Amino acid sequence: MTGRKQDRPWRTPMIVLVLLLAAQFVLPAYHHGNLTRIMVFAVFAIGYNLAFGYAGLLSLGHAMFFAAGLYGAGMSAHFLGFSMPLAFLFGGLCGLVLALAVGLVALRTRGVSFMIVTLMFSQAIFLTILYFNEFTRGDEGFVLAQEIRQLRFGETVLSLTDPTLRYNLALGLFAASYLLGVALLRSPIGRVLVALRENESRVQMLGYNTFGYRLLALSISGALSGLSGAAYALLFAYVGATFAATQYSIYPLLWVLLGGVGTALGPLIGTGLMFYLVDFASEITSSYLIVVGVVLVLLVIVFPKGVIGTLQEKWRGLRS
Amino acid sequence: MSLLQTHLLQTRGLSRHFGGVQAVREVDFELPAGEIRAVIGPNGAGKTTLVSMISGRIRPSAGRIRFKGADITGLRNWQRARRGIVYTFQITSVFQNLSCHDNVALALQRKRMTGLSGRVHLDADALRGEAEMALDRVGLAARLDERAANLPYGHQRLLELAMGLALAPELLIMDEPTQGLSESEILAFCDLTRRIARETTVLLIEHNMAVVMALAGRITVMNEGAILAEGTPAEIAANIDVQHAYLGT
Amino acid sequence: MSFGAQLFLAVLEGTVSASVLAVTALGLSLVFGVMRVVNVAHGEFFMLGAVIAWSVAFTVGDMPLVSFLIALIVGPLVVGGIAVAVDWLILKRIDYNPEGTIVATIGLLYIIQQATLILYGPEARAVEPPFYFLIQFPWFGYSGYKLIVVGISLMLLLGTWYGLTRTRLGLYMRATQYDREIAQAFGIPVRRVYAAVFALGGGLAAIAGVLVVPIQQAHYLMGHNPLLMSFIVVIVGGLGSLRGTLLAAFVIGISDGVISVFFTPTLAKIVATLLVSLVLVVRPAGLFGEKEP
Repeated sequence: MTGRKQDRPWRTPMIVLVLLLAAQFVLPAYHHGNLTRIMVFAVFAIGYNLAFGYAGLLSLGHAMFFAAGLYGAGMSAHFLGFSMPLAFLFGGLCGLVLALAVGLVALRTRGVSFMIVTLMFSQAIFLTILYFNEFTRGDEGFVLAQEIRQLRFGETVLSLTDPTLRYNLALGLFAASYLLGVALLRSPIGRVLVALRENESRVQMLGYNTFGYRLLALSISGALSGLSGAAYALLFAYVGATFAATQYSIYPLLWVLLGGVGTALGPLIGTGLMFYLVDFASEITSSYLIVVGVVLVLLVIVFPKGVIGTLQEKWRGLRS
Repeated sequence: MSLLQTHLLQTRGLSRHFGGVQAVREVDFELPAGEIRAVIGPNGAGKTTLVSMISGRIRPSAGRIRFKGADITGLRNWQRARRGIVYTFQITSVFQNLSCHDNVALALQRKRMTGLSGRVHLDADALRGEAEMALDRVGLAARLDERAANLPYGHQRLLELAMGLALAPELLIMDEPTQGLSESEILAFCDLTRRIARETTVLLIEHNMAVVMALAGRITVMNEGAILAEGTPAEIAANIDVQHAYLGT
Repeated sequence: MSFGAQLFLAVLEGTVSASVLAVTALGLSLVFGVMRVVNVAHGEFFMLGAVIAWSVAFTVGDMPLVSFLIALIVGPLVVGGIAVAVDWLILKRIDYNPEGTIVATIGLLYIIQQATLILYGPEARAVEPPFYFLIQFPWFGYSGYKLIVVGISLMLLLGTWYGLTRTRLGLYMRATQYDREIAQAFGIPVRRVYAAVFALGGGLAAIAGVLVVPIQQAHYLMGHNPLLMSFIVVIVGGLGSLRGTLLAAFVIGISDGVISVFFTPTLAKIVATLLVSLVLVVRPAGLFGEKEP
């Protein structure tokens, strides 16, 4: 493979973003709303991809970072009266700080141990949220009032109940994360992370403090997951403990695998595909999660590179 | 050549045991700068363990290591690599899924990654030029954009060497570098090593006696975890104890 | 009840859950030790044991002892069979790749869980204990069945130890754990050993489920907690160390039981997480894990 991808790395992202921007004018209301949700969750997936796809950290606890952002933004807006932008950033900060704290302990382990430790921490956070029921309203959750979900620019007041505004805010967040992912992949840091995934001790012998790099990857991953959670709380007005449960740690893994691990576009494709798959399945049965299970197994046996990964391989095969 | 000449590398009482097995016992090892030193010995003599302790891959059970006058016993492997001790693996471990360019770039960029901007943005063209030069030193410049996995084994070994050299090491440790190479590749390797040795001190573990005799300035023979003998190739060849150790008589 | 009596009760409760946990975690640990893979669906095997026990009780009717004995055999057999099928259809295909196994068994978790939801339903259903008698302590009466559970668990643990050290299969398992390639060179049928180990691991989890179901109830989500606890045990004890697993199971099981009685189960889990973090900060490989060089 020659360096053609390197020469024009921004072409695909630009096309994708323009398509997403244009889509809002042609999509019917149902899909319009879906796409907003998909883009918000795709940011979560991009965050997970950074830890898992780039740095090889198989975490089963990312729900805690999403929840940190969800509750950080939701509770600061609801109880402390933070403005929307402030609450949003605060949510992201919560994700970042939690990832740093967890990483300092969890990253002392690797592989299977790391997976288990992240799962445990996530469970502990979930239980803590339930424990402090009075503030968090536990499983039931709470709804953010319409009045606070507003953006003010001087005299103009925009309400976040407006689907167009929501779509474009989600698109903006997604675009920023997507481009960050692409940029990181090409940067020196990205190169180290990718090599780290393949052979950590070799990277160490080149003089890199791999613990630091893994912590960096997890922290950015946590921040993005937190921003995704914050966006969800503010755009869709609901904060609840379900988002902190193990299921929401499995979802980003599933989305990333389906889309193609370590690819820049994979997270969006995986999230979107799975969203519609679940949507379709839940019309047939209330046990639609079985679809999640089947897809995961199929991905491992038949389709390990995911959608984008397989496409990339075929493309490579066609050119050479 | 004064009496005060300090060695590049020095170990004092270096030991390592694994459970009940004493792999390395009380080794006092000295390596002056500019030498090509070969470490030889029968299997299980402790050569790889000794060298792993020097490069920082494993911790010693006892003893100290000094490098360029400073005690490095407590330093982790990546810290030692930054100080100038570079180790190339016995089993080749280049990054299979990366291109040769990316493999060498990983080594090259490390020196440049200081401060925030260095970590985030690098002049890609300059880096590419340097990568080409680094690969040229081992004769792989033509394979710049090829995936490492597509290279034949001998070339992967060369790539590994190029990565090590790109770090501008002061001490280059090579663990059985000629294993798996063809005759002509071995000759090329010896040539390359002599060129490298003009700027770098080389420490190599080797089983191929022809290579050892041809390359080494001095030889350290190990047996059962301790240094059995040290000397020039001629001295070692004539040494009775060494012959016993190898033949087991 | 005085504090002493409460503590004694808590310790008893803790011992019961520790015994069950030990059996469950042993299954997980064996699979990891020999095959170097983690079965994230392990908790679902536990749940299946419980659900099968209920199904047997339902079919047999009003003879709790008989259905208990039948379930003790049928449960692990069925789950063992499922395990062998999973090994053959999935794990072999991906050559026991660690990451792939994790993802595939997560998928399996959902499949088993949701299939059980469809076939068994969302309700929690009780099963009669096979015998019902009280051991009368000076301060309270304690369920004799629970003590029987401890006894059976200890027998299972001893039996497994005996099997590992005295039988040929056990020898094969230990050899394969030690070095897969050398084991193959010696003619050990590694593929079949793997299938047997995976079946054994699942079977142990299933038996634990059968034992526990008269105490808890059978519910399609009941595998979640045993999985988490088994994970904690295996991490603290050290991956790959059977001795560590057993020790950790008892320490964690008893303390979890005690804290649950005096405070809440939720707090017990939070404390467990913090404790594990502490262990990992000091010894990343766990108590008996392979030390880092």
